[in-house]
Amino acid sequence: MKHMTRKATRHVNQNENLIFEKSSPGKAAWKLPPLDVPEVDTAKLLGKSERKDLGNMPEVSEIEIIRHFTRLSTWNYAIDLGMYPLGSCTMKYNPRVNEFVSRVDGLANGHPYQPAKISQGAMRIMKTLSDCLIEITGMDAITLQPAAGAHGEFTGLLMVRAYHESQGNARKKILIPDSAHGTNPATAATVGYAVENLKSNDRGMVDVAALAAQMNEDVAALMVTNPNTLGVFEQEIHKIADLMHAKGGLLYMDGANMNALVGKTRPGDFGVDVMHLNLHKTFSTPHGGGGPGSGPVAIKKMLEPFLPTPVVVTKPDGTMAFEYNRPQSVGRVRAFYGNFGMFIRALAYIFANGPDGLRQTTEDAVLNANYIRKGLEGVYDLPYSSPSMHEVVFSDKVQSKKGVKTMDLAKRLIDYGFHPYTTAFPLIVPGALMIEPTESEPKEELDLFIEAMKSIAEEVEEDPQFVLDAPHNTRISRLDETLAARKPVLRWKP
Amino acid sequence: MRYLPKSPADREAMLKAIGVRSIDDLFSPIPSEYRLARDLHVPRQMAESEIVDWFKLRSKENGDDYTSFLGAGAYYHYRPVVIDALVQRGEFLTSYTPYQAEFAQGTLQAIFEFQTMISELTGMDLANASMYDGSTGAAEAVMMAVRITGKSGAVIARSVHPEYREVLGTYATHQGIPLTTVAFTDSGRLNLKELEKAVGDDTACVLIQSPNFFATIEDVETIAEIAHRRGALLIVSIAEAVSLGIVEPPRVADIVAMEAQSFGVPMGFGGPYCGVIATKEKFVRQMPGRLAGQTVDKKGKRGFVLTLATREQHIRREKATSNICTNQALVALMVNIFMTVYGKVGLRELGKQNLAKTAYAADQFGKNAAVLFGGAPRFNEFVVQTSEDPSAINSRLLGHKIVGGLPLKRFYPELGNAALWCCTELTTRSMIDTAVGLVAESERSVRSMKEAEEVAL
Repeated sequence: MKHMTRKATRHVNQNENLIFEKSSPGKAAWKLPPLDVPEVDTAKLLGKSERKDLGNMPEVSEIEIIRHFTRLSTWNYAIDLGMYPLGSCTMKYNPRVNEFVSRVDGLANGHPYQPAKISQGAMRIMKTLSDCLIEITGMDAITLQPAAGAHGEFTGLLMVRAYHESQGNARKKILIPDSAHGTNPATAATVGYAVENLKSNDRGMVDVAALAAQMNEDVAALMVTNPNTLGVFEQEIHKIADLMHAKGGLLYMDGANMNALVGKTRPGDFGVDVMHLNLHKTFSTPHGGGGPGSGPVAIKKMLEPFLPTPVVVTKPDGTMAFEYNRPQSVGRVRAFYGNFGMFIRALAYIFANGPDGLRQTTEDAVLNANYIRKGLEGVYDLPYSSPSMHEVVFSDKVQSKKGVKTMDLAKRLIDYGFHPYTTAFPLIVPGALMIEPTESEPKEELDLFIEAMKSIAEEVEEDPQFVLDAPHNTRISRLDETLAARKPVLRWKP
Repeated sequence: MRYLPKSPADREAMLKAIGVRSIDDLFSPIPSEYRLARDLHVPRQMAESEIVDWFKLRSKENGDDYTSFLGAGAYYHYRPVVIDALVQRGEFLTSYTPYQAEFAQGTLQAIFEFQTMISELTGMDLANASMYDGSTGAAEAVMMAVRITGKSGAVIARSVHPEYREVLGTYATHQGIPLTTVAFTDSGRLNLKELEKAVGDDTACVLIQSPNFFATIEDVETIAEIAHRRGALLIVSIAEAVSLGIVEPPRVADIVAMEAQSFGVPMGFGGPYCGVIATKEKFVRQMPGRLAGQTVDKKGKRGFVLTLATREQHIRREKATSNICTNQALVALMVNIFMTVYGKVGLRELGKQNLAKTAYAADQFGKNAAVLFGGAPRFNEFVVQTSEDPSAINSRLLGHKIVGGLPLKRFYPELGNAALWCCTELTTRSMIDTAVGLVAESERSVRSMKEAEEVAL
């Protein structure tokens, strides 16, 4: 290693083959209890539908399974190991009490169709979480059904469409800033809307004049992320809302960056009509290697008739029930009621914080991002000087002169014991380094990160090839992604 | 606040380094009229012990001491303890989508193994990892078939899970996909004559579920023939994954859209679950969702990466195969570990036990009430028709701490007083006998009431 890092060191980790390569007939990790009913003749019961062969399914013992997955796990980086500054992903601490309470018997083993009489606990959790999220966002109503952020966008736009249809005109298109997440345009297409791009101004914000020019009666909604993907608060958000409303359009807020706002300002107060939250970002439910998430959608009153079914309601006797009879509903967006296990975790997080903790969390998230910005300003190019909220976006402009791009810097950061930031996004910044530390980082970890990034910038000057060849300290070196895509091998074969 | 790792002195030092006087200065970009000047009205900060107590109370209000005959898309199977021991390792629990492959080989190799096992079990060439659940997976599969065939219509079996059909209805509305529903016969299987009529030259796909909502195993080969004859694809939805251990998979299907919850995922009041789409190799570029692929590093060492990303929203934006981003990765890991624990022999034995419990229960219920759909093989559920409304029988069963079968009136009013009962390896004979006894009692009392009425007339 060129420069030494104080954060990480190499250590021995185990090699491990695919599970299929450890399998041999006769090994087993299972044992069923004796059958308390008569044995059956499967051939007789199933006829030609009987399955006789399970192909290459593995046969291994329990200790091998524990070692297999434990070894694999040690090849991953994780929040539990250190800072994970992926911009727009809000990789914050996932409290363990959340995991504990989500596994309590009556919640983990609750069946979605069990009678309302013995579902009051689950409905109370849904109602309490809904009330908290409505208060946090300043909106009027909410659905918890969507399974993730993109699914929330889908649900939100379905309600936008249903609202416009009820006004006599579904309208044709959705305006989306060029800085938006890819899910925004993909979702608009799913709901049958055309996408119209909205240019950002030189401060990285929505160009209000351009919006005024593009806004007309064909536009159903503007999807805006606030703070946007540069981590910049849209200071003219209320003007934007007024412009939309004046022509009968709605303002959709992508709540991916809500971690910058909780307890400090409320989207419902600054003109947002519909928004989704990512419980797996702002509300600490674990990312789990890519999911599960949960994407509740909070709305203003006029959209309430269109909520997906069912809706949790409180009956006159104080008990709760699912209400299905909602004739204007957009319908169901998934089976049952949503990712209920994530509701438990998010609510436990809100309980652990309370109003003071939620506010302090937001303040610390913004403090951390600004501390990093200050520490790296001048070392990396800052394409937009607008004030940062919970994340900061640099570019590789300086380093790319030596042929080193954002992805190369990211790979070298791995050697320093950090997960990389988000690379090459947002699209309006060529060679972006998008850094979101979250509130979970102590000052010492931030200092190590700044030190590592500075050190890498020096390495680029001294020996760019060394950075281009990174990572140097991982189990495997850089992988051939082109080969993977050109000749896809998507499963093991004997 | 116990999750925040900074002392007041740290915060002061950091503000000073940034060059601002107070934290409020960092929030000045928010126009002052929109800054919240009060506390949020959420419950006060609670101690960990208080949080645990609160949720334990909710658990008590949620039938924590009941056993149940409910299935219908959410199944109660035993979950080997190694599953939670492993998925709670922070390296799996608290990592992100494995975009930085060199730092996420554990997740990637696990996904690759998951894809392999799902392919083996479903009889397909490959599988993604993952979709939100069985319902959205089925809807995405239909949209995938529309893209592949360039045709617009979808023919859906009425015996597909009613909530899956509702979700498909929501997705299809704005995709311009007309849906035609085909009924089931007295055997519980799809009405093939009706199917023949429903499938036309503009049909992109036929969507069935097998075992279907009543657990009846469909004649997949004949259905495939009918679909393929007109150039339509066959999509088979599987809601009860444990059936794959003992029921022949739909190898003739073009797409399998399954819900893998039965494989080690808690019922959890409906989620999070694990949807999966599996398909033929030739359709892979129209498949939604993440895929891990094998490749090599610079030194030729085997490794895994997320691949074929040009299908996905972060590259293709509005032209992507789906808007899905966050999926159900950790739940897929539970499924993965479950499949590894039971493996080639265990899954078959597990399927067999489910079959035996169900056969016994259906026999016993059949002595007193009508068990419908006896004309075709079934897996681990059956429909019991009673003289009395099943909800009334169920409320008496609740007194025995047992949740009876799902009354079907909401979904299938034409079946009258019918309920869908499920037995798994965890259903005990004594539970079955208690339920059968109460149903028998109900039938007897309805009969004697009728006789009394007849005498009175």
